[in-house]
Amino acid sequence: MSLRPAKIRALAAPLGPPTLLVRALRKAYRDVVAVDGIDLEVWPGECFGLLGPNGAGKTTTIEICEGLLEPDGGTVELLGLTWAGHAAELRQRLGVQLQDTQLSEKLTVEETVRLFRSFYRRGPSVEEVIRMVQLEEKRKARVGALSGGQKQRLAMACALVGDPDLLFLDEPTTGLDPQARLQLWELISRLKCEGRTVILTTHYMEEAERLCDRVGIIDRGRIIALGTPAELVGRLGAGHVVEFAVDGAQPALAPAELERIEGVVAARRVDSSYQLRVGELHRTVPALLEELRRRGLAVTELRTHSASLADVFVALTGRHLRDE
Amino acid sequence: MSETLVSAPAGRRRERFLLLPPSLVELTLVRFREFWREPEAVFWVFIFPILLAAGLGIAFESRPAERLRIAASDVALAQRLAIEPSLTVEVMTPAAAEQALRRGRILLYASRDAAGALRLRYDENVAEARAARLLAERAAERAAGARELVPVAEDVVREPGSRYIDFLIPGLLGLNLMGSGMWGIGFAIVDARRKKLLKRLLASPMSRTEYLLSFLLSRLALLLVEVFALLGFGVWIFGVPVRGALWELLAICVLASLTFTSLGLLIASRARTIEAASGLMNFVMLPMWVFSGVFFSSERFPDAMQPFIRLLPLTAVNEALRRNMLEGAPLVSLGPQAAVIASWLVISFITALRLFRWR
Ligand SMILES: Nc1ncnc2c1ncn2[C@@H]1O[C@H](COP(=O)(O)OP(=O)(O)OP(=O)(O)O)[C@@H](O)[C@H]1O
Ligand SMILES: [Mg+2]
Repeated sequence: MSLRPAKIRALAAPLGPPTLLVRALRKAYRDVVAVDGIDLEVWPGECFGLLGPNGAGKTTTIEICEGLLEPDGGTVELLGLTWAGHAAELRQRLGVQLQDTQLSEKLTVEETVRLFRSFYRRGPSVEEVIRMVQLEEKRKARVGALSGGQKQRLAMACALVGDPDLLFLDEPTTGLDPQARLQLWELISRLKCEGRTVILTTHYMEEAERLCDRVGIIDRGRIIALGTPAELVGRLGAGHVVEFAVDGAQPALAPAELERIEGVVAARRVDSSYQLRVGELHRTVPALLEELRRRGLAVTELRTHSASLADVFVALTGRHLRDE
Repeated sequence: MSETLVSAPAGRRRERFLLLPPSLVELTLVRFREFWREPEAVFWVFIFPILLAAGLGIAFESRPAERLRIAASDVALAQRLAIEPSLTVEVMTPAAAEQALRRGRILLYASRDAAGALRLRYDENVAEARAARLLAERAAERAAGARELVPVAEDVVREPGSRYIDFLIPGLLGLNLMGSGMWGIGFAIVDARRKKLLKRLLASPMSRTEYLLSFLLSRLALLLVEVFALLGFGVWIFGVPVRGALWELLAICVLASLTFTSLGLLIASRARTIEAASGLMNFVMLPMWVFSGVFFSSERFPDAMQPFIRLLPLTAVNEALRRNMLEGAPLVSLGPQAAVIASWLVISFITALRLFRWR
């Protein structure tokens, strides 16, 4: 289901100037540097994700781009326009969802969408927007009576009423249960298919991997890695992670010894088990088992998973992305 | 669900209302909805003032001239004083009478001193006690054989306009304009700021002027309901007079409402929590509850305070409403009051716009 055939054509067209161009962005609050020199380009039709832990500076960056915060330094250009010169035009063409807006609880879904719709010169009708976010059954329900996922979809509806070229979504799925999250992922995928440029923030790497064409990993106000999810994972030099444990009574293995095994890129001890980043499972696993057998160690656990963005973050910072 | 590949036409055009921009109409409708769907707000704005007027109106209703209670030291004296029909006389010992006087159960105590002269004990600060003294004196003179020298014909006046309820209704009207004007905008804005809704609206192409204007429009519409509810109640139930021109009375109400809305905007311009806003509201409103002549005349305060009291916006509003309703004063004669109200409007509105924080 698409409301914007024109945009699909745009996808096939050669890349024009970037939809979002950020240069040397800086913003400090009294004692914290929230954004510490960020450069970014986001291209038309792209879904770009800012991935980072709590307090990394995602919201600050995105709110400067939305024209809600004044940066201390640097420049922001959207759709070839700047906030200083074209604020009114930009407001018409952007769709925005903030991290923690509470819409008026006493209004109904329809009244809320109608209010936001009235601010835009063009865009789909109220009914269509409600259909897009699948809230038809809740049209007459008060906002206060909606579930978390429904509230989030209503917020999306308010971001979509102006048929935006560029959509900013700040943590669209945080705090939702898996089913509600899945519904929102489908909605965002559909918006992407319609050719809209989407910029979202998240601290779920599955979300970034699944939705984003490119991600920027942000930590302490800086972009520490930028690329497609596959590229970033590829940069680990190892497509897989092997975790194993051996009988507790045995003497410990040194990571350096493990790294000598064929195909092991890096090895670490995590609590009582070992974690190896490896290139090819079919070569390394037999070699590992052979080595353990040679040393007379009994394997009590063996697991593998494909390397993910979470492993990228751990490799870059030595910390875990999620503190939940 | 049908697949649609046709781009949707621009959103369904709503009928233009009074040629206002659709976004302003929507914003104003939202104000109404938020108000009507908050039962407490409806109670405080519409029901409470009427209940208060009814309660005070009944409590202070002018009754047929009341008999004054006094006491006498012996039966003979009591009988002589009782020939005055306006007096109810009991017999009390001096100790009992002392206590009754202090508690306000009797207004005056009559006794005889050693020489047999009449001795009256009363509090001269109490107007009714002074009346009781005159009546007691007259009764004693009549009992002593004095004749009335001047025949008096009675001409009793009981005209609407001089009763407590007549004084009260304009005061309550002013009080209500202040409360609903200040709370209406102050609460809504601080609440929207707290919920980051203000920020969300700012991220949309909404016009900030229209946002503030929507408060004024909804206020003016609610004002009509509010004024006519309280005024209608006063006129129909208690026969309170409205001697001035009704449109002039409404003009005063509109000016007052705009002023108090600006004051509310000023209070809400920075506050981030409802508690902070409530504190400020009460700080601003409480002096006016007390000094501005809502429940009793502000002239009861010492002369030294009068210039200050007259500068309070609610004092000017109440004065203007009373002069219109009770004296039928035309608008042109209310210049000083209008000047005070309008000055508050201009000063608070300009300051509010300067200070206002959207975040
Ligand atoms: N208004 C503010 N005043 C002072 N410090 C702030 C303010 N807003 C943000 N910060 C600080 O700036 C840093 C970046 O905050 P930001 O909200 O951009 O992080 P975030 O990546 O969005 O985090 P989260 O995932 O929790 O939303 C944090 O250290 C935060 O404490
Ligand atoms: Mg954030």
